[in-house]
Amino acid sequence: MFTGMDSTAGTSGVRLAVTAKTRAADGVVALTLAHPQGRRLPDWTPGAHIDVVLPSGITRQYSLCGDRWDACSYRIAVLHEPRGRGGSAYVHDELTEGSIVALGGPRNNFPLAPSDKYLFIAGGIGITPLLPMIRQADLLGAEWKLLYLGRSRNTMAFLGELATYGDRVAVMPKDESGPRRLGELIGDPQADTKVYACGPQRLLAAVERHCRDWPAGLLRVEHFAAKDQGAPARSTPFEVELAQAGLRVTVHPDQSILDALQNAGVNVLNSCREGTCGTCEVSVLQGDPDHRDSILGDADRAAGRCMFPCVSRSRGDRLVLDL
Amino acid sequence: MTASVSTFDTPVSGADPFGYEILEDPLPFQAELRDAGPVVYLEKYDTYAMGRYAEVHAALTDWQTFQSAAGVGLSNFRREKSWRPPSLLLEADPPHHDAPRAVLAKILGPREIRSLASSWAADAEQLVDELLARGPKFDAVADLAAVYPLRVFPDAVGIPQQGRENLLPYGDHAFNAFGPPNGLVARGAPRVAELSASIAAQCAREVLTADGFGAQIWAAADRGDITQAQAPLVVRSLLTAGVDTTVNGLAAVLHAFAVNPGQWNRLRHNPALARTAFDEAVRLESPVQTFFRTTTREIEIGGTPIPEDTKILMFLGSANRDPRRWENPDAFDLGRDPSGHVGFGFGIHQCVGQHIARLEAATLLNVLSRRIASLEICGPARRHHNNTLRAWESLPVRVRLA
Repeated sequence: MFTGMDSTAGTSGVRLAVTAKTRAADGVVALTLAHPQGRRLPDWTPGAHIDVVLPSGITRQYSLCGDRWDACSYRIAVLHEPRGRGGSAYVHDELTEGSIVALGGPRNNFPLAPSDKYLFIAGGIGITPLLPMIRQADLLGAEWKLLYLGRSRNTMAFLGELATYGDRVAVMPKDESGPRRLGELIGDPQADTKVYACGPQRLLAAVERHCRDWPAGLLRVEHFAAKDQGAPARSTPFEVELAQAGLRVTVHPDQSILDALQNAGVNVLNSCREGTCGTCEVSVLQGDPDHRDSILGDADRAAGRCMFPCVSRSRGDRLVLDL
Repeated sequence: MTASVSTFDTPVSGADPFGYEILEDPLPFQAELRDAGPVVYLEKYDTYAMGRYAEVHAALTDWQTFQSAAGVGLSNFRREKSWRPPSLLLEADPPHHDAPRAVLAKILGPREIRSLASSWAADAEQLVDELLARGPKFDAVADLAAVYPLRVFPDAVGIPQQGRENLLPYGDHAFNAFGPPNGLVARGAPRVAELSASIAAQCAREVLTADGFGAQIWAAADRGDITQAQAPLVVRSLLTAGVDTTVNGLAAVLHAFAVNPGQWNRLRHNPALARTAFDEAVRLESPVQTFFRTTTREIEIGGTPIPEDTKILMFLGSANRDPRRWENPDAFDLGRDPSGHVGFGFGIHQCVGQHIARLEAATLLNVLSRRIASLEICGPARRHHNNTLRAWESLPVRVRLA
C-alpha cells in the first residue's frame, strides 16, 4: 500500500514514538520518531523544525535532519547542553526507544531559496537543518560547499554521511585546523551564491558581521538557541468558551480543540488538521493561546488574537473564542 | 462497466470519462466506478482510475508515490512535451515545488488577504445592486458567477484591463488540456498561441500594479525567495487557476441554493454559514473533477499491481460523493461538516488560492442573502463541457427580493 492511507492528516494531537536512539557524536544523540501505528507524518521542507513536547512537559524545537522522501519517520539530533534548562538532559538521560513525545509543527523559518550556488556554514549541532538542505541542493543540481566547524571531530555529528560528498565538505575542527578566519572563508558577496549558516550565537554573529553590507537575501541564518516559549504547554485539560454559541467545552490533553468542539456538536470548517492550511482560523476573545501552527509569524503569535484550533491549544485554564 | 478478466481481476471500464455523455452527467459513471473497486482500469486510455474517497485522499497526500511533475493530465511529461512550460506549482514535485509554493502560500494566506474583504464587499454590493435593478430574472452564470471574480480578482493580482477578456478562455483551454486530445481541446487549439501570449504579457513586472499579488510575487523574486525566471510563471499560475475555478465554484453554490430553498432560508437566518455553504457546494459539485498523478514506483491498490510510471486518474468529484465517507452524499446540507472534502485537492498541492475562493464566495453570499428572499431556476439550465471542470453555461434564475 502507499503511505497516504491512515495519514496523520485527519488526526490531531499527534504523538510520536521514539523508534531509535543512537549516538551521533560525543554529546549528540540522533532520535528517530514515528507514529505509533506507522502512519504518515506531516510534510516538511529542508530547514524546518518541530516542537517536541517531552513527557516532562517541556517543549523544545529541533530541526528535522532526516529524509523527507520517507514520509513515516522524522530524524532529529540533540546536543547535550549541561547548562541548558533541562530539555536536552531529559532527551539524553530519560528518553528511550518506545518513549512517547507530542509533536508540534513542522514549521519552517529557514527555507531553502533557489540559487545557482550555495555556501553552507555549520557550527556544531547547527549542521542539523543544513543536512537536508545539502541533499536538496544536490537534487536541484546546484553547486554547493559546506564549511563544517566544530571543536573536535569526535564532537561533530554526521561526519560519516557527509563523507559521501567528498571535497565539497570542508570539515574544520578547531583542534586540527586552528582558529578560523571566517572572513576569508566566506569572501565577498556573489549574486549567484546564497549563504546559509546555522550554529552557536558567536559563529552567527561573526558571519553576520562579515556580511553586514551584503545585498539583502544573500545571507540566511537560523539562530539555533532554543527559543523560550514562555510557560510550557499544558499537560492538563483546559476549557474553551464559545462566545456566540454560549457553550463551554473541556479540551483534554489527548485531543485537539477542534476534536473537542466536534464532539460537542460544533463544527469548525477545517482542512489539513496539521496547522498548515489556515482554514480553521478562529478569533481569540480572551485567554492565551499556545500556538502550534506553521502559519503565524512572531508578531501574530505574540498578539494572540487568532489561532488555529486544529493544532493550537491554551496556555491558561480558559480560552474564549469567537464561535 | 463490465468486470471482465484482467490481472488479479482488476475491474475494467470501457467508458470515456471525457466523452459527451459523462461530461454532461458524471454521477452515474462515478457511482459505477466506486462500486467496481478501489481502482479500475480505463481501457480507452490505458490508465487507472480511483473513485473512492479513501484512495483518492491517500494518493493526493502521498506525493512521494504519486508525482505531479509528469503532468496532472493524461499526457506524460516524461515522454511528451507539454503544450506550455509546465506550472511551477501544479506540475512540479519537491524539491522544485517548495519555493514557489511557499512564496504563493504566504501571499495568499488567510491573514494576508483579509485586507481585501471590505473592498470586495463593496464590489459585491455594487454588482448585486446593478443586477437586481434590471429585474427579478437573470443568468446566475453570465450575469453573476462569471462577473464577480473578474471584478475583484484581476485587480487583486494587479493586471491591466487590456487582455482580461482572455482569462476565461485561457483557463478553459488549460483545464481541457489535462484531458485527452479530444474535440474540446481541438476547439481551443486555434487560439492557444494568441491566448498564451496575452496571459504571458499580463505576468510581466512592468504591467503589474505596485500593490497586487503579482507585485508581491516579483518582490519575492527580488528577495531571492524565488528566481526572477520563476516569477512570471508563478503569476501565470494565479491567472490560470484563479478564475475559471472560482466562477464554477460560485455557479455551483448558486445552483445548489436555487434547487434547495430550505438551505437558502437557513443561510438567511445564519449568514455565518456562508463559508460552510461554499465548501459544501465545492464538495457536492467539485468544480475541478479530476486530476492525474503518475506513479514513481510499483504499488498495489486493492490487489491490483500498478507499475511505476503509470498515470492514475483521481476522481475528486466521485470521492466527494462517496457514501463510504459521506452520509447522504448527494444532499446539499448546511448542517453537514464538509471538512476533509478533496474539492481543493489535498496535501502539498492543495489549492493555494482556496482562501481567495472562500472570501469571494462568502462576500457574495453575504450580500445576496441579505437582498434575496428566495431564488429558483426559471429556464433550461445548461452545462458547459470541459475535460476537467464541472461547469454551467447558463443558469436562468428568478429571485424574490427580501
